[in-house]
Amino acid sequence: MRITVDGTAYELDVEDDMPLLWVLRDELGITAPKYGCGIAQCGACTVHIDGQAVRSCQVAGADVWGAVTTIASLGTAEAPHPVQAAWIRHQVAQCGYCQSGQIMQAVDLLSVNPDPSDDDIDQVMSGNLCRCGTYPRIRAAIHDAARALRET
Amino acid sequence: MSTMRKIVRRSFLIGSAAIAGGVAFGAYYVNRPTPNPLLGDLAAGEAAITPFVKIKSDGITLIVPRADTGQGIMSMQAHLIAEELDVDPHDVTLDPGQPHQAYYNGIISANSLPFNPLDEGPVARTVRDLMDTVSRLTSSQFTGGSSSTSDLQERLRMAGAVARETLKAAASARTGIPVVQLQTENGAVILPDGTRIAYTDLASEAASIEAVTDVALRAQSDWRLLGKPFQRTDIVAKSLGTQAYGIDKTLPGMLHATVRGNPGRGGGLGAYDATAALAMRGVSAVVPVTDGIAVVANNTWRAFRAAELLDVDWPAPDYPASSEEMWEALSDAHVPENLNSRLRDDGDVEAAQAEASVVITAEYRTPFLAHAALEPLSATVLVEADQVTVWTSTQIPAVVRDAAAKITGVPAEAITVHALPGGGSFGRRLDHDYAIQAIEIATAIPGTPIKTTWTREEDMTHDFPRPIHMARARGTVAEGRVTSYDLDSIGMPLTESWFGRIFFVPPGPDTLLVWGVFDQPYEIPNYRVSGYKSGQMVPVGSWRSPGACSNSFFHEAFLSELIHAAGADPLEERLRLMRDPVSRGVLEAVGEMCNWAGSNIGPGRGRGIAFSHTHHVPVAEVVDVTLTDSGIRIDDVWIAADCGTVFDPVNAEAQLTGAAIWGLGHAMNCELTYENHAVQQTNYHVFEGMRLYQTPRMHTRLIGEARKVAGLGEPATAPAAPALADAIFAATGQRLRQMPFNRFIDFA
Repeated sequence: MRITVDGTAYELDVEDDMPLLWVLRDELGITAPKYGCGIAQCGACTVHIDGQAVRSCQVAGADVWGAVTTIASLGTAEAPHPVQAAWIRHQVAQCGYCQSGQIMQAVDLLSVNPDPSDDDIDQVMSGNLCRCGTYPRIRAAIHDAARALRET
Repeated sequence: MSTMRKIVRRSFLIGSAAIAGGVAFGAYYVNRPTPNPLLGDLAAGEAAITPFVKIKSDGITLIVPRADTGQGIMSMQAHLIAEELDVDPHDVTLDPGQPHQAYYNGIISANSLPFNPLDEGPVARTVRDLMDTVSRLTSSQFTGGSSSTSDLQERLRMAGAVARETLKAAASARTGIPVVQLQTENGAVILPDGTRIAYTDLASEAASIEAVTDVALRAQSDWRLLGKPFQRTDIVAKSLGTQAYGIDKTLPGMLHATVRGNPGRGGGLGAYDATAALAMRGVSAVVPVTDGIAVVANNTWRAFRAAELLDVDWPAPDYPASSEEMWEALSDAHVPENLNSRLRDDGDVEAAQAEASVVITAEYRTPFLAHAALEPLSATVLVEADQVTVWTSTQIPAVVRDAAAKITGVPAEAITVHALPGGGSFGRRLDHDYAIQAIEIATAIPGTPIKTTWTREEDMTHDFPRPIHMARARGTVAEGRVTSYDLDSIGMPLTESWFGRIFFVPPGPDTLLVWGVFDQPYEIPNYRVSGYKSGQMVPVGSWRSPGACSNSFFHEAFLSELIHAAGADPLEERLRLMRDPVSRGVLEAVGEMCNWAGSNIGPGRGRGIAFSHTHHVPVAEVVDVTLTDSGIRIDDVWIAADCGTVFDPVNAEAQLTGAAIWGLGHAMNCELTYENHAVQQTNYHVFEGMRLYQTPRMHTRLIGEARKVAGLGEPATAPAAPALADAIFAATGQRLRQMPFNRFIDFA
């Protein structure tokens, strides 16, 4: 299996049907995408394939159709992605376990809809479960990030 | 300030001690000195005390012994120390430390005693002190009960103050400048001419002098960090995706395991055939464990898949097989011989109801609920000949250590428990069944680190859930007032079940059965609360505000029914009945916040209110709903609470809103049911809680009049469900007396 993750190309000998999530976590040691449910109900495993948010627990490694981006290459402490910067400003995270997925989903949302309404946010973000209930700050941070992205 | 000095002198032994490469500062109670957790690490001739602060030439470490599973307590502990020590909490190392009785929790067990939390009488105080002593002498380093901040805040600030003053004394000794002329700032002592001497440069000198223990805590008006908006220490890592949780532990040569437990908790393991599982790629072993069987492989997914192929006979446990039968057993437990407590009995309920022409009655029920923290349960263990290392997220590290000692035969001193951040818990990590299994697996394969990860399905179907609970209530009203209130709370033996697994069962009645109902600060002329306890059934556990998460619903829902029957205003009548001024303050505040003018807020809409006093925090919540074409929509939630001094306002707001969303979401659509001893709900598709599209606007206010500091992880949970039920009644006329509410009404 050949796969490109966060700009690095890998060649692996694993089962074709091993989900991308477990290729990332256990074969490549990239643990930022989280295992939460395994059935696309929580969104904690969300990564991008060719810029599009996908649930990595549902994509077989052999079916990956493009370059994989995880939150690990989205931004750094010195230069966070505008969505990450908004998440920091609003102190969204509590346990934080869902937030890698929330942020990857929000980045995708803002790339196709630079000025989402609350309804747009509800539509796109409701597949990402947060057991701590950080939703009000997720909403606020997305609006804030949208403003920041429009101004750059 | 003088009061504080006296408290400090009486309660604490403060000191410093040389450790390898520097100095440690700590504080512990003088009347029960506790052994030193660092002693094992020390070279000959060195000494140490309980450390919360370690200054070494290569850096500063703050020990933060309470577990962070999302509630922000690691950051809180760091800020409490830093406020006095004058360091930047983002610039120092934070270490949960090793489990030790020096880090005991003196509050969580005292709270289980059968006294009203507002009772400061001599008996209540004496028994609380006794419980405190028991806690100190046992493995009671618990994180729970919203107790961390109140329990540790003075100890941590003192540790910071002693360290600061000792470092100043060391700087004074070096420079000859009197201490009074020295300042401290951002990890350094500042000389009068502005010269900075870093604390790290003073480490060895500070280790060689007596600690300065005659120090006073700074007045609130002098705080630089506490009480002001500050950034949580974990917020950047959690926004960059770099935060590592228990499940992320990775070690060279590590193998991955998973467990299939008996679907009927506690039934044990029967005969099994592992041939198919062992034939799978990457699978190296199958290991019987407590109440289940594990598969060890070189990848978690391979272990998951192989575990499905195990063919196992599961012996049946000895409790009823279905939730229907368990409900029947609970209902049948409502007989005089099962009366377990009557901790409130004011006036004469029976006489009042005998005289009344109408007695209003109601029955309420709450279901089993999973914790379902988003990070599935996981533990990594390495068993070696003379030592054991455990990496896991746990609220009870000392209990995990003791379990490892028992399973492996390695003495407790040679067991290291790394308590890692948890992706949620809500009380689940107050049990250690998953760690026991992980230790058993690693014991079978010594020398190899093994990470055990439960599937989501295993996690949800092998929880120690919130128990089913019910109440039967009778009340009377007259002349627009509530005149009698008699509630029987009928529950499973939660304290026996949970404390029995991890600690010891406290004597006396099971107070968790009646938390949130016997202890409410109302004054009703005839007011009685009785607890009835069923026999053991499926093992149950502590779930965000245990007992109170059900009892508050019973208490407030029935009070609302009585107030409605009396024709009184739900807020006004609660205010009239309220005897605690701090609690009255939160009711008044929530009324002001939402411009309360009754529960009628227009056609198709409704406004509900509830109050609860749990974990020493009074909370009042108002919920507004609208009946839409697709069901009930929650529009707004107002929360007023009083936890005394607020140290961390940004996180306090997050805990209030998060706890309310938790309470609302589970009330709306969550329950566990059992068939053939097995939980029927296996994943989030049938156990959702609240999602973003359902999340209302949240408005919060903290009052700050309460005398004692209290924690906020749980208190806003309890009033959420009854406030929602009350709002739905106002909008639709339908009384919801059983959760989840979506059994009876749709939500948009």
